[in-house]
Amino acid sequence: MSAQENKPKERVGVYVCHCGTNIAGVVNVGEVSKWASDNMKDEGVVISRDYKFMCSSLGQELIQKDIKEQKLTRVVVGACSPHLHERTFRNACKGAGLNPYLCELVSIREQDSWVHTDKIAATEKAKAIISGGVARVIHHEALEPLHVPIHPATLIVGGGIAGIQAALEIADAGFPVYLVEREPSIGGHMAQFDKTFPTLDCSACILTPKMVDVGNHKNITMLTYSEVQKVDGYVGNFAVTIKKRARYVKTEDCTGCGICWEKCPKKVIDDKFEAGIGYRKAVYTPFPQAVPKYPVIDDINCTYFVKGTCKACEKFCPTNAIDFTQKDEIMTVEVGNIILATGWDLFDARRVPNYGYGRLANVFTNMEFERMSNSAGPTGGNIVLRDGKTPPKSVGIVHCVGSRDKNYNNYCSAICCMQSLKFAHLVHEKTGATVYNFYIDIRTPAKGYDEFYQRIIEEGTLFVRGKVAEVTDAARNPGEEGKLIIQVEDTLVGKQRRIPVDMVILSAGLEPRSDSKALAKTFGISCSADGWFIERHPKLDPVATMTEGVYIAGCVQGPKDIPASVAQGAAAAARILGKIQQKEIALEPVRATIHEEQCSGCRICNTMCPFNAILFHEDKMVSEVNPALCQGCGTCVAACPAGAITGTGFSNEQILSQIDGLLLLTLDKKETVPSGS
Amino acid sequence: MTEETKPFEPVIIGFTCNWCSYRAADMAGIARMKYAPNVRLIRLMCSGRLDPTFVFKAIAGGADAVLVSGCHPGDCHYSTQNYKAMRRYHLMKRVLTQMGVEPGRLKLLWASAAEGQIFANEINKFVEEVRALGPLNWNQAGAEIPVEGAVEEVKV
Repeated sequence: MSAQENKPKERVGVYVCHCGTNIAGVVNVGEVSKWASDNMKDEGVVISRDYKFMCSSLGQELIQKDIKEQKLTRVVVGACSPHLHERTFRNACKGAGLNPYLCELVSIREQDSWVHTDKIAATEKAKAIISGGVARVIHHEALEPLHVPIHPATLIVGGGIAGIQAALEIADAGFPVYLVEREPSIGGHMAQFDKTFPTLDCSACILTPKMVDVGNHKNITMLTYSEVQKVDGYVGNFAVTIKKRARYVKTEDCTGCGICWEKCPKKVIDDKFEAGIGYRKAVYTPFPQAVPKYPVIDDINCTYFVKGTCKACEKFCPTNAIDFTQKDEIMTVEVGNIILATGWDLFDARRVPNYGYGRLANVFTNMEFERMSNSAGPTGGNIVLRDGKTPPKSVGIVHCVGSRDKNYNNYCSAICCMQSLKFAHLVHEKTGATVYNFYIDIRTPAKGYDEFYQRIIEEGTLFVRGKVAEVTDAARNPGEEGKLIIQVEDTLVGKQRRIPVDMVILSAGLEPRSDSKALAKTFGISCSADGWFIERHPKLDPVATMTEGVYIAGCVQGPKDIPASVAQGAAAAARILGKIQQKEIALEPVRATIHEEQCSGCRICNTMCPFNAILFHEDKMVSEVNPALCQGCGTCVAACPAGAITGTGFSNEQILSQIDGLLLLTLDKKETVPSGS
Repeated sequence: MTEETKPFEPVIIGFTCNWCSYRAADMAGIARMKYAPNVRLIRLMCSGRLDPTFVFKAIAGGADAVLVSGCHPGDCHYSTQNYKAMRRYHLMKRVLTQMGVEPGRLKLLWASAAEGQIFANEINKFVEEVRALGPLNWNQAGAEIPVEGAVEEVKV
């Protein structure tokens, strides 16, 4: 207020965090703090402290006390990444009456102590980073977050168990949900399974009631056989373009009686739901309990679409529900939040040629086995060899196919151990065959899982520890004749073994959807190098993403089992319900503003904006930013030749001062060291 | 003295976008990947925010080199703004050359949030490249430094 001319006009407090030894182990925190208070007085630093854990309540109170007692007008915290604790420190400042945007958190952990080993260099770098923060914070302005209303509807992409759970939670709370599913029915992979570990309850028995609830719920709009094409807008106000593929069935007339698929003459191998071991018709529902019950006509295989004649389904349909003239429909829905629960793809076991899948008839994948074991599946629940009738006398189950393998995927697929144990049980129960499990490590960490493992051991399943080298039909002795031989190094015995079996089941791992990168781009979120979607925080925020309003649930975030997927679906729903209840959301006030008096009307910025947030006033010949549409990228700010655009939070003054601050020490050094010596 | 035997330690200012490359730096930190301590980062919301002034200011202020980093083309959080950064990068390289600064003192790096390792490796590589160039030498005349692929345009 009453600042003297030559005195710095802001009172800055600097706080350097030890983060236990995370920072203090490498950076001399005390020295940095002392350096700031000794050398940055001219910049306005009035107090500088270091503390064990700045983010703790005591650390925050320290800052708050100083704000009040020292009348600080700016705060710089040198600690972890702003992506972790920016909000924490801003809130601390707010609590002490300082506008939260007058606080700057600079990272001396992720970008300094954790990545450097040279203690002196790291300490010098920390000083530079702090100095940059101080120089920058002086130019910060007090800002108020922008408040935008939240549309109460939610879009859920993916109708597997995670999406179903999320949809029911939100719909039961009384808010509208659009559930988009690419396949003709919701249910996802869980609908294909036979039994679920570790309780062995039938998958359909626990899933289908939930599917029916979704189908009947007044708050849920199911959009099956549909895909999201485009997402516009931002948290609270997304406009989502969805393509509804033509079913060629009028859903308002169809009763789901099933006469059409009974009469359809065209048999097609069902490589989706039946994993390639069963057939469906060209007009079909993937499975009897499908929700919705209406079939679709597969226009790639349908005789009418291929040859121009047939229409058997149309002739026999008692309600005239078949409509060959239907076209794909494009619709737009408005939603406030989005949950992505698009699940996973099965690792293609053909990629491991030495296991013989696709070449050796009696090598099966886990999905094929699930369908075979399912009483509603193609074999009626009988476990038989590829000939369709012979039950196996011995079965080998190979773990970690495509997982924990540098040649394919490094990660553990999380479900294969339990799934393989389940298979062992089912084979035992249904055929009495001898079962071998070939494993690298058995991982049964969740509730009831290890007990299940013990039970399978007691049932007499044989365990061989070792990664299978090869599955072959080349017999070396009469005992191996006509069998599949599993070549493996038994690492517990320390010997190579050849184990002849009738059937091999490959526990293929989980992979991200083949189109996950495109999906991530559509929704503006990031994928890990493997292709799983990245959560906001790996431990503390597993269902949110870095994009406000977009949440993830289930295997789309990483391999997980049914309980974990359900938990994430419910968690994402809870997060969104909390947001909807608030009715509006506070957005970061990082926005561009055009100063009318400086704008020359050149319109360079108009074409720069990907969000069409800049409009041009023909009458005044100046451009203006619509703050509701502006996302704050700042490209227009950098492009304006007249310097007429300010980017709040990232203004030219702030960045240029930060550059100066970061280089402060460098200049000092360069001045003291005479050039040329 | 010892001062002379020490290798030249360049000071590099790095600009990262908030969404991909700053997170790549965070990722490198979380995974404790080690890299040279010569780069000091400034976080922008988007590499498209990079005003060429920032680069010139850094060089003028004593930095030996500047790193510009953003999301991979096509991955930009703001859809296409990193392309604008890329165009400016080529422009700045040319201007720096005309001013007598080696074009190797400006580097563009695409790094996604998952690419901490790439971020760390590229920083190490860049620091070595700049170390080889030596301290920024303003006395050099612009014409002495060849510009790759842009010689005709620069000649006039």
